[in-house]
Amino acid sequence: MNTPVSATVVSPQLRDPAWVSRLFWLLAAAVLLAPALVITEFKPWTLFEPETIKSTKRFISDFFPPKIETEFLLLVMREAWRTVAIATAGMALALIIAVPLAFISTSAISISALPGRMHALPFVLRQATRWLLIVLRSVPELVWALVFVRVVGLGPTAGVLAIALTYGGMLGKVYGEILESDETHATHALLRNGAGRLQAFFYGLLPQSAPELTSYTVYRWECAIRSSAVLGFVGAGGLGQQMDNSMKMFQGSEVATMLIAFMLLVAVADQASAWLRKMLA
Amino acid sequence: MRIAIEGLAARHPAAASGSLPALKPLTLTVAPGEQLAIIGPSGAGKTTLLHALACALKPATGRLLLDDIDPWKLPVSQLQTLRGQLFLAPQAPPLPPRQRVITAVLAGRLPRQSLLASMASLFYPSHIPEAQAALEKFGLAGKLWERVDRLSGGERQRVGLARALVSSASLWLVDEPLSSLDPSRAAQAIDTLTRSAREHGATLITSLHQVDVAKRFQRIIGLRDGALQFDLPSTEVTHERLAALYAQHEEELLGATANGEENTAENPHIAPLYCR
Repeated sequence: MNTPVSATVVSPQLRDPAWVSRLFWLLAAAVLLAPALVITEFKPWTLFEPETIKSTKRFISDFFPPKIETEFLLLVMREAWRTVAIATAGMALALIIAVPLAFISTSAISISALPGRMHALPFVLRQATRWLLIVLRSVPELVWALVFVRVVGLGPTAGVLAIALTYGGMLGKVYGEILESDETHATHALLRNGAGRLQAFFYGLLPQSAPELTSYTVYRWECAIRSSAVLGFVGAGGLGQQMDNSMKMFQGSEVATMLIAFMLLVAVADQASAWLRKMLA
Repeated sequence: MRIAIEGLAARHPAAASGSLPALKPLTLTVAPGEQLAIIGPSGAGKTTLLHALACALKPATGRLLLDDIDPWKLPVSQLQTLRGQLFLAPQAPPLPPRQRVITAVLAGRLPRQSLLASMASLFYPSHIPEAQAALEKFGLAGKLWERVDRLSGGERQRVGLARALVSSASLWLVDEPLSSLDPSRAAQAIDTLTRSAREHGATLITSLHQVDVAKRFQRIIGLRDGALQFDLPSTEVTHERLAALYAQHEEELLGATANGEENTAENPHIAPLYCR
């Protein structure tokens, strides 16, 4: 029989025992995060001060109407294409860095680790490779771009090299992790039967992980397109560089056109990557 | 290949070093070309013994001699060359799902192929007739160009066995080759294995759950709790010995779990009924 429990008289057994800790963590989070608001000067109300609203209005109104002269549109298209080219070339170089390093760093094809423990030398080599990949990817591509703009001058080359280094580290590290997290039954069976590391890689590991590897690569290519537009702002060529120029010249209408073009580009890349990944699944 | 093991004990690499070994000290010799079956209830150490023989598991104590060579005294590269002489077929077929059957079978040739030749074989398979012949013997002639994930569990298992036929190994170590096969396929598979091993001059050691199939081998080894219970010609393996070997595991002897534990989930439609 059901006994209706009144709201005022709750027996101790029916009280949620977890609520004290829940309340504690909620308060703890608030106490810990509050200083962050101070440090980051989080003052949203300044957005609505009359002075701010006035300058925002001026900035935005400059955007209209977007510039749609044929000559300018052609320039935007050319620069958008250059952005894609920077991203793709950068990715190709990144793959040249990432694939061998991922192959060296993954323990899934270790022969000495087959009966238990990996030997010392291969262990050190794998760890060193892993650290190299971490160093490569922990330097933001923007910093690499600033470095390379000094070295090779303004233009797309700096962007390509910047993407190659950061993405090489990123891809290499994640490839290594994918190879290690996947089912290694087939690979280890081949190694145990006397196959070499590369043979085991191509006959066991790669067919097992290929879809995941390709899908991640396509996703990164899409990220590289967005990133190469940002790199343009430090002079590494492409749409970003033009956008930076127009912004400095207070040509709001040009900026608006390029923003729209960039959004379209990202949308198309997003669709293409989604379609490619669906094909591979 | 001649095998001699002397007081060999082994444990799983992840097991604590003080723990009881899965395989207690065991002494055994196998002549070249001999064929023998290992039986015993689940957890008896059958797979551990096969792994130790395949140099997949380092002995905790004792030693293993393959053609009078202690493989664990060899440098890693030479040990890997020696592994090319050993063919270990794990119970779960080690086949990547997206690979084609032809590639999965030809992977058995890798140890005797150069890297370049094996890469070229990925581009255009190099020994198609050989792979087809191996598949044919296991009743899989039509599956040459199929993808592994289109096969049933039993077909996959036989593809895994067909690999042995294209390898150049002189010791075949086969773990529960019949676990997901129906009785007629099982008989065909075991016939093919024994006949081909004889043709290749290879020593064949296979662990089996099906005692009646094991009776076809001349020599049977009974393992229980990691220890050798008997090592006898099959004619001397009596009902009493089997009953002692499978005491408290009678359902395995009677075939209730003859289907193997792992493959039932994957392949629920095959339910072999072994008549005894």
